[in-house]
Amino acid sequence: MPSPTPEEVKGLVAGGQSGLIARLLDSDIYASFRSSWVTMIAAAIVLLCFIGAAFAPWIAPTDPFNPATVFLSDASIPPVWQQGGDPRFIIGTDDQGRDMYSAILYGLRVSLMVGGLGVLLAASIGITLGLLAGYMGGRVDAIIMRVADVQLTFPAILIALLIDGVAQGMFRGMSRETTAIPVLVISIGLSFWVQYARTIRGSTMVEKNKDYVAAARLVGLPTPIIMIRHVLPNVIGPVLVILTINLGLAIITEATLSFLGVGLPPTQPSLGTLISIGNKYLFSGDWWIVAFPGATLAILVLAVNLLGDWLRDALNPKLR
Amino acid sequence: MSFRKWLLAAGTALALQMAVSPAGAVTLRYANQGDLKSLDPYTLNETTTNAHLGHVYEGLTSRGKDLAIGPGLAERWEIMDGAKKWRFHLRKGVKFHNGEDFTADDVIFSADRVRAQGSNFQTRVPKGAKFTKIDSHTIDVELESPNPILIAQWDTWYIVSKKWAEANNSAAPTPAAATTPSFIALNANGTGPFRIESHQPGVRTVFKANANWWGKKEHNLTEIIFTPIPNDATRVAALLSGEVDVIEPVPIQDIPRVNSSDKAKVLAGPELRTIFLGYDQIRDELLESNVKGKNPFKDVRVREAFNLAVDKETIKARVMRGLATPSPLMIAPELFPQAGFSSKFDPERAKKLLADAGYPNGFEVGMDCPNDRYVNDGQICQAVVGMLARIGVKVNLNAQPKAQYFAKVLKSGGYKTSFYLLGWTPGTFDSHNVLFDIHGCRADGSPRGESNLGGYCNKEVDALTDKILVESDTAKRNAMIKQAFEITTKEFAYVPLHQQALAWGVAKNVELNQRADNSVLLYWANKK
Repeated sequence: MPSPTPEEVKGLVAGGQSGLIARLLDSDIYASFRSSWVTMIAAAIVLLCFIGAAFAPWIAPTDPFNPATVFLSDASIPPVWQQGGDPRFIIGTDDQGRDMYSAILYGLRVSLMVGGLGVLLAASIGITLGLLAGYMGGRVDAIIMRVADVQLTFPAILIALLIDGVAQGMFRGMSRETTAIPVLVISIGLSFWVQYARTIRGSTMVEKNKDYVAAARLVGLPTPIIMIRHVLPNVIGPVLVILTINLGLAIITEATLSFLGVGLPPTQPSLGTLISIGNKYLFSGDWWIVAFPGATLAILVLAVNLLGDWLRDALNPKLR
Repeated sequence: MSFRKWLLAAGTALALQMAVSPAGAVTLRYANQGDLKSLDPYTLNETTTNAHLGHVYEGLTSRGKDLAIGPGLAERWEIMDGAKKWRFHLRKGVKFHNGEDFTADDVIFSADRVRAQGSNFQTRVPKGAKFTKIDSHTIDVELESPNPILIAQWDTWYIVSKKWAEANNSAAPTPAAATTPSFIALNANGTGPFRIESHQPGVRTVFKANANWWGKKEHNLTEIIFTPIPNDATRVAALLSGEVDVIEPVPIQDIPRVNSSDKAKVLAGPELRTIFLGYDQIRDELLESNVKGKNPFKDVRVREAFNLAVDKETIKARVMRGLATPSPLMIAPELFPQAGFSSKFDPERAKKLLADAGYPNGFEVGMDCPNDRYVNDGQICQAVVGMLARIGVKVNLNAQPKAQYFAKVLKSGGYKTSFYLLGWTPGTFDSHNVLFDIHGCRADGSPRGESNLGGYCNKEVDALTDKILVESDTAKRNAMIKQAFEITTKEFAYVPLHQQALAWGVAKNVELNQRADNSVLLYWANKK
């Protein structure tokens, strides 16, 4: 299918916003998007996952988080095409009688939410510290960057585990169901900020010596305004790429933490918790409990990473 | 398949390893889900730990394959003065592993040590019991009140050498909470059929057969290597690959797989442990609930509703995959007949009872549950959450590893729980222990009701319990036990769930005896 011409697009999108959308559709990025079918499939998968997650309560046949609607007598039913399958549960049930399809949709919701919020938190911390370090330089820079260096010597998952452990200790006495999500978001946020800070710091150090920053300073604008209004928009580009790639990493981190038993409790399973539950039944032949959440996780992360790769290439002028 | 190849490789490696070991040496490899942390026999009163140390240490009495009590380090004993005074004749010619002679001094030393601060076995020997040495191998024990079942738990009150413990700065017991291990926590010197060759906590412990043991050897082993393997799948894989010869437990979902392999089989049988739910019925307001100003569990109708809401048969069929015996009583049928007792499942009536009690829309309560202690404990709790949700009770489940769980709910943690799951095997294999330890009224300074986490209390039951202890006529005694259980059952002191099943994985070339208290005792094992 040929790309629509600008005229066609203008015809399609009526009204005042047509300018923006038309510009987007006419851009190099869109062209590069349309020219790579891998990217389009990846985008479709990610979109599908987001829609599935967002509308889980309306799409899913049952609510796996509501114990009153889960019947233990339905436990460990195989997928419908296997002997003993039940048409109510297309891809089977887990050890508590939860419909796997519903559990995956709800789990996806939790995984995407935790991953997304975690990455956003990491980005806000990283961008703020990176801007400060790059713009201020000197001692501020030294302190922030040494902390970052130290943190880089540990694997992110280890830091997340550490933070998670400390936070769980702090919230002792509160139910895991209420604390798990905030604790996970904080753990992921605090373990992934370094990359953003380093990237932003590098570009900020380049930008701050440019004429427009000097001009802004000369007019007497306060430093925070210069940093946020003038420098930030010019250094934010690469962050979008890291954000996409890190989303995949964050989802994996959440799944790992939940798999290790320190993430979402089994009563509110994320994809990682589902895989952890299923892992126990691998030897006994109940393969579907681990296989479907595992496949969902792998496909989602692969798609997100492919999108991130494409975005990196598309935004890189040297590769054009 | 790569997994098959891996199995093959592991098997080949094992075969090579066996080929180089000296002729005649028989090594048995044993893996358990839990670790053997401390070798001090007074640190942790837990079945698995007691069984491990039972290879090395011995008590004055011993329990046989059928759990019958018999002589141990005491050859025989006489009960005098209406069970207020006991005389023990110690076995002569018994030597500790370091060559010292076993004498009355060691028993008196151990009696003081086991009752000292930090010991987890203080209930083994009554507080006021006086030990007197008659000669080097005779001891008198004088009690404040008659106790005909004094020796029932002495098979796991292990005798420690006085000289050795004192010389090595280990005269005081090592508390479970100790952060630095004492000498005796890392070394052992018993009289038993095996001695400890090396001990690396969390890694492996090597036991060597004791050639100078006094008893008649019933095994053909020269060495036992114990390794903890906490992960279920890894443990099963180790058994199927031949890397280990015995595992405990086999996860119930993997039993068919182990049985269908040509390498190993599953030894299964009923266990004497009863799994049950308990609720806090002593506080005026629950610690974790949305009901303020009162405690719903003080109302017997709420307790009955909880009993009616739990479907034990479905838990048996689905969570336990058939390997459990639903129980209406807090004690296993092997230990006390359950005739005349039954449990009902009736969620409709449960809802009505809750409404009558003033909770037509149910209420919220927090639940504590271990997730690595009993068979499928976490899944049982989840299932209970679902069943209670259907009568309107919202349960906030806190499933946690046993270390955190026990620290929170036990006496040392201040009984900080509103609703919990626990398992109990009476150490005496007798109802008195069940009535005394988990149904007795709690009181400061008394061991009564020490593990009664919910604080159930009925003075009538306490009085019966005291009479049961001293009654020697079996028929009368059983009638009183039945009477006591009738009261506790009518008051819904607990929600008994089931007796879980034992499942040991054993290589086909190994023969061993499975004791119903789940003690893996390899001094009865023979390997071809």
